[in-house]
Amino acid sequence: MTDLLFYLLSSFTLLFGALVVVNPFSRNPVTSAMFLALAIISTAGLYVLLHAFFLAAVQILIYAGAIIVLFLFVIMLLDLREEEQKRFRLLGLTGGVLGSLAIATAIIATITVAEPGAGKTPEIEGTTRQLGNQLFADYVLPFEIMGLLLLVAMMGVILLSKKQLR
Amino acid sequence: MEALWQSLTLPPAFWYGLLKIGLAIGILMPLIALAVLAERRISAAIQDRIGPNRVGPWGLLQPLADGLKFLLKEDFTPGHVRKAYFWLAPAAAMVPPFLTVAVIPFGSTMGSQNMVIADLNVGILYTFGIVSLSVYGIVLAGYASNSKYPFLGGIRASAQMISYEIAMGMSVVPLFLLVGDLNLGKVIEYQAQGGWLLFKQPLAFVIFLVAAFAETNRLPFDMPESESELVSGYHTEYSSIKFALFFLGEYAAMIAVSALMVTLFLGGWTLPFFGLDQPAASVWGGLLHLGIFFGKLGAFMVLFIWVRWMMPRFRYDQLMHLGWQYFLPLALANIIVTALWLWLAAG
Repeated sequence: MTDLLFYLLSSFTLLFGALVVVNPFSRNPVTSAMFLALAIISTAGLYVLLHAFFLAAVQILIYAGAIIVLFLFVIMLLDLREEEQKRFRLLGLTGGVLGSLAIATAIIATITVAEPGAGKTPEIEGTTRQLGNQLFADYVLPFEIMGLLLLVAMMGVILLSKKQLR
Repeated sequence: MEALWQSLTLPPAFWYGLLKIGLAIGILMPLIALAVLAERRISAAIQDRIGPNRVGPWGLLQPLADGLKFLLKEDFTPGHVRKAYFWLAPAAAMVPPFLTVAVIPFGSTMGSQNMVIADLNVGILYTFGIVSLSVYGIVLAGYASNSKYPFLGGIRASAQMISYEIAMGMSVVPLFLLVGDLNLGKVIEYQAQGGWLLFKQPLAFVIFLVAAFAETNRLPFDMPESESELVSGYHTEYSSIKFALFFLGEYAAMIAVSALMVTLFLGGWTLPFFGLDQPAASVWGGLLHLGIFFGKLGAFMVLFIWVRWMMPRFRYDQLMHLGWQYFLPLALANIIVTALWLWLAAG
């Protein structure tokens, strides 16, 4: 059952992920955003199979429930006709290819290092209390660095979106 | 092949789960119909009218007549809409409230079974995740309709629901600081022992309640539809059963959020006297607990309806102001105060 669900969910994730960027039927950005939401929900399903319930719930809450909705919000306010007729540009294409290559390298490097098999049970499994303990005890430095990074990004956005600085 | 077949054999828990899902839907659907009728009767009473009282005794069969009318009317699709999303949106409005109900413990026990469909250890996060998906129905309807007023309704809905989701999520954090668990069953257990969280966290309750009105797009926060300025907003272009799905989805969302409030603040299926705060020993006790839960749920539904007919609509900037500048800081302060209090109490 679990195996079947794993193959189903991972193929859904891949399929929807592919449809976000190369959809043969539509070049509508709203459609892309909706498929991104579906890909994220499938990923949440994969987390459930790994017993990482907290991660799965947060994945849906933050990504599907808030970030994609904001994407939709922005896309709906853009001029879609112009966007749909836009051709591929060299700069965007190279950037995209380089970015995906970098991520692929990181993923392949991780997979080659990892030992196959069940391994020891990850401790984020189970209750949220354990996850919190781990985050604030063992991984407090990476956690704080992430927090700082998000703060910087947020302030950057506020600065950029202000029309005039006082 | 044999192994695959073996792995597909289903345990009895699966069938019990299926039964409970059927039961929950079987209760929720008539409850929605009843809520629509209650809305019409209560609004009539408030406006000194009689309301629908012709179909069946006391007008109780009115929802059937309404449903029949919705089904039989012409399902008109305007020529300028985006077809795929136009069909998808009503369904997307209807699904999330039903999914929310999955983790609500709506009774103690019946025989050997807990009266909760999925006893998740992250129950509350799950509900917030699903509630956050309910914005899609409205946004997609606004986008699909491809005309001005629905579009404005959709835009308003996305901003409003995201804003109040944050206040709503922050308001319940103190509850879980007190309970120490995200499982909704544990929340009820805590309240059975230590008193209802409504009295321990009144500020959290007020924020949650107001945010619930905003999340379900009910007056005084029904900005996405607001008849007088947006001509019903996101469902202007919808007719017949597709409109009905939006309409019923709104009531289903009200029921879901009421059930959540009953569980979080009013002790769920428990009552603090006659030993009703312990899991039921017999089937009758189980039924009584179901009755208590639905009684509390009904009280919240009446509150939702009552407020709608007593309050004028807020302006959009007032809504945003209230959400971001009052509720969010208050909720954050509530978290800090509760955490400090717990820290000091622990010594």
